[in-house]
Amino acid sequence: MYIIIVGGGDLGFSLAKEFFANGHEALIIEKDAARCEEVKQELGSISICGSGSEIATLDRAGIARTDMFIAVTREDEENLAACQIAKQKFNVPRVIARVNNPRNEPIFAKLGIDYTVNVVGLVMENIKVLSGIFPLARLFSFKDRGTELILAKIPDGSLVGRPLKDLPLPEGAVVTLLIRQGEESKIPVPETVLRAGDELLCLIPGGSEESLQAALGQGRPAP
Amino acid sequence: MNIIIMGCGRVGSELAKLLDAEGHKVTIMDIEANSFDTLPSDFGGVAFLGDATDEEMLKKAGIAQANAFIAVTSDDDKNAMAAQIAKQIFNVPKVLCRMHDPLRAEFFESLGLEAISPIFLFVQVVREKLGIGKEGPCIS
Repeated sequence: MYIIIVGGGDLGFSLAKEFFANGHEALIIEKDAARCEEVKQELGSISICGSGSEIATLDRAGIARTDMFIAVTREDEENLAACQIAKQKFNVPRVIARVNNPRNEPIFAKLGIDYTVNVVGLVMENIKVLSGIFPLARLFSFKDRGTELILAKIPDGSLVGRPLKDLPLPEGAVVTLLIRQGEESKIPVPETVLRAGDELLCLIPGGSEESLQAALGQGRPAP
Repeated sequence: MNIIIMGCGRVGSELAKLLDAEGHKVTIMDIEANSFDTLPSDFGGVAFLGDATDEEMLKKAGIAQANAFIAVTSDDDKNAMAAQIAKQIFNVPKVLCRMHDPLRAEFFESLGLEAISPIFLFVQVVREKLGIGKEGPCIS
């Protein structure tokens, strides 16, 4: 596959390395000439200096034959413009944008960029999982399938001692795994009796996070 | 008219000054407080410190009541993003933006924005003055 990456910072650079390691061809477009040179020193001639939202630069990068376009600069407006051009002008099959300000995620969606990675949100969810004090954490959003992978914790409350089938899951939700301290993780059955602190790996339809939170009931509400 | 201008550089402050003098209600936004220094002392509009690519800031600046939004920072991508937010999210009736890169201007025009390219305009004017310019809809 041929992949164009806009932004040669830590993220763009690591991405390019990963693509190479997997046998793909990648090119980095980077505004800063010095950084561009650093990338060249490390990875060879795979970077061009310029703006990812400039059509002349994109032409030079061979955007007409690219299979994927990823914009990961620290500036949302550049990521947005670059992705809009890649998608609407050059019909690149897959376009992915980094979103720095979480408030911009719905704006990108509204302006036609469906695949976004909200960096702040991602780090936050990861910290929520590691802290262990939140009843719910989103591990991943499968945006193309409209589903979310959620880690839900059974709180010390009325659900304890009851079978999994008593948990009023949102429509279309599936509990894929039960993780219990000191035991091997297993695929639960409807009769599996819940204990306080059990963690359920759930696949739920997008937007039903709140109803799962409500189903868990007595858990402390998320701050 | 109730007009919001994004970017208080040379173009922005000149526009703000003129429109204010003509009796329009002008709000001019910029992310640098000292950029407002270029506004005349008798400027009767509002100088609003805030980023116009930020939905919340636009709300605070009164975008819901605006009849027109004009993005004239020196950054094409910022202008494009703010103009699209004004048009698609806040449904401002008239949205204009400046775009230095003529190809980018052409692209955003195809998405329904009214983009003005100073380079394109200047070239057109020079051609006309030389008597070789085509009669055309270059200055709307």
